[in-house]
Amino acid sequence: MRKVNVMVMAAALGMSVLAGCGNNTDTNSNTNNNNAAGKGSGTGAGEAAAAPADKGTKTELTYYYPIAVGGPLTATIEAMTADFMKENPDIVVKPVYTGSYADTAVKTQAGVQSKQPPDVAVLQSTELFSLLDMDAIIPLDEFIEQEGGDTYLSDFYPAFMENSQTEGKTYSIPFQRSTIVLYYNKDMFKAAGLDPEKPPATWAEMQEYAVKLAGGGKWGLEIPVTGYAYWMLQTFALQNGNNLMAPDGKKVMFNTPENVEGLQYWVDLAAKHKAMPGGVTDWSTVPSDFLEGKTAMMYHTTGNLTNVKKNASFDFGVSFLPAQKQYGSPTGGGNFYIFKDIDKKKQEAAWKFVKFMTETERAAQWSIDTGYVAVKKSAYETGRMKAYAAEFPAALIARDQLEYASAELSTHNNGRIVKILSDSVQAALTNELTPAEALQKAQNEADKALASFNK
Amino acid sequence: MNARLRRNGFAWLLLLPSLLFLLLFTFYPIALTLRLSLFQADLSTPEPVFTGLGNYRTMFQDEVFRKVMGNNVLFALGTVPLGIALALLMAVFANKALLGRGFMRSAFFYPTLIPMIAAANIWLFIYTPEYGFMSRLLSWFGMNDINWLGTPGLVMWAMILMIIWKEAGFFMIFYLAGLQNISKELYEAAHVDGVGRFTVFRKITFPLLMPTTLFVSIVALTNAYKLVDHLMIMTRGGPNNASNLLLYYIYETAFSYWDQGMASALTVVMIAVLLLIAAVQFFGLDRRIHYN
Repeated sequence: MRKVNVMVMAAALGMSVLAGCGNNTDTNSNTNNNNAAGKGSGTGAGEAAAAPADKGTKTELTYYYPIAVGGPLTATIEAMTADFMKENPDIVVKPVYTGSYADTAVKTQAGVQSKQPPDVAVLQSTELFSLLDMDAIIPLDEFIEQEGGDTYLSDFYPAFMENSQTEGKTYSIPFQRSTIVLYYNKDMFKAAGLDPEKPPATWAEMQEYAVKLAGGGKWGLEIPVTGYAYWMLQTFALQNGNNLMAPDGKKVMFNTPENVEGLQYWVDLAAKHKAMPGGVTDWSTVPSDFLEGKTAMMYHTTGNLTNVKKNASFDFGVSFLPAQKQYGSPTGGGNFYIFKDIDKKKQEAAWKFVKFMTETERAAQWSIDTGYVAVKKSAYETGRMKAYAAEFPAALIARDQLEYASAELSTHNNGRIVKILSDSVQAALTNELTPAEALQKAQNEADKALASFNK
Repeated sequence: MNARLRRNGFAWLLLLPSLLFLLLFTFYPIALTLRLSLFQADLSTPEPVFTGLGNYRTMFQDEVFRKVMGNNVLFALGTVPLGIALALLMAVFANKALLGRGFMRSAFFYPTLIPMIAAANIWLFIYTPEYGFMSRLLSWFGMNDINWLGTPGLVMWAMILMIIWKEAGFFMIFYLAGLQNISKELYEAAHVDGVGRFTVFRKITFPLLMPTTLFVSIVALTNAYKLVDHLMIMTRGGPNNASNLLLYYIYETAFSYWDQGMASALTVVMIAVLLLIAAVQFFGLDRRIHYN
């Protein structure tokens, strides 16, 4: 009896330890994940191969898309692809919802490595250099040439194109793009004796308002940190002078006096003026706090505009982010990329799809449905957009701010650079380091991470 | 001789399916990972370059790695002993409870049934400043609001508390089984001799539960190094890596930095840690344990 017990125990232990190892290696070993993802997209390819046999010459496209803002966007995307297939009966598009931007990047990368990439995907515009380093995407210049070259491109807002182009080539087409805007609660403005039609326009005013609005268990301002600390720091950097990186993605300028001043301003809002929660606030709880009336103002993506509009039980306003030397906000969001290791025919079909999804009228409707900025200037001339803007002027704020907007932080080795900067910003916000120390540390580490791309 | 061969052959045949899976999904990937850990394979190297122990050298100079390992030790020390003690307590309680024994057991076991992702979302809400449960609780006692997940010194404790809540019920099940295996006669004998309740627990119950404790502690310790889901939802390892754990760091290195060589090297460290834990406990502690 005793022996048997020991044996059973030993076996159970052995199994659990091995199962433990197995689990971990599964998560971590790229080979495994790639195989799994390969199988996933392999099914699609199999069907695509089978399709011509019984249906003539249909081209099948797998389309990966992420969702990064609130609201039922899956239905919207599926309706758009259905419209596309109606117009192009020889092309079948299979939209695959792939989670957050980060999840989508992981799935795409797994596909690229196992030679089963999606045909077309929406990924963060900042993935440009990573995708180029992986040799995953094709330049779109030939296609763009067919549409009229610069005339075609000039309809897109230049601030959005900044993250699409490098070394004279265009690699992606803007789609669900945003800038950061200031949302504010007009009712709370009134209660605090502030003019609800005059949001703060400068850093000094912002500080003064935020202090006035804070108190009684409520905050004056919230700026999300988790996940997007670097993006929020970019707002202060741009407002106080310059962007954080060189256009070729090989150099960053984190530790400038202007950036230190910007970070200091941000840190002081919480630590010194008690107008903002201390420590680090989560990306997704900030809009809930705003909707709950727990904060009078928030910095957030304009991509949340429709969500806030639908769910706010109070009168709210939207405005430019306050300025220091100038107005400024980084752009954000996702672009269309077309992949390399696929049929020429599929690439052409993918281009048709990309063109379709960003057509003027559709861009306008997409903007109305989501709150994202319509990526084309002509979209704001359409009847539906004019009618919408007349009824809801806040929809134009992000577009107008584009004049002062610049590229989102995007470099080679972008994942690590973003993490380095975000960690340092968090260290400053939690008072572990002073802003100057934090940005100096970020600069040193980023220089190291970029060294191998500067050889 | 022939009979023995036949018997062993039969045993091997029975083992074959599991062995095959084990080779394919455990040993083969481990071997590949070991190999890749000796290469520089990141975005700046289209073809991996052999660097020997280069990744390991970089790793030990990496401040974040050291912080992550420290966090993991703290996380293990925080979750394992307390989790086990609580599980034992609940098991003894649920075993003795006269009224609503079934209810008691399911109440204790219930957190185990919720998927980690869902639990993390619930706790994210509990820890939310201002209107989260914790904040309400604190303001009830007239204390200041605390940003649990956004403060470097607190975030690990917040995580530890949640994990204990999540895991203790699971370990309780093993203790319940263990308790039922202890012979009633021992207790009757002790009762006849007039031994106090605490002494009974110390001299009979606890020693006889040692095999269960060994098992549970191995599971708990390895779990401490394997958990990652809650970080995805609640903190992403932040603020400034204050809640980052090894597995999440591996995930970041592999899928956010695309540094596959380093991710493999980190994985090798992880495997080594897990094997070490199992070996020390199994070979070290097992000898000092009484079995029924």
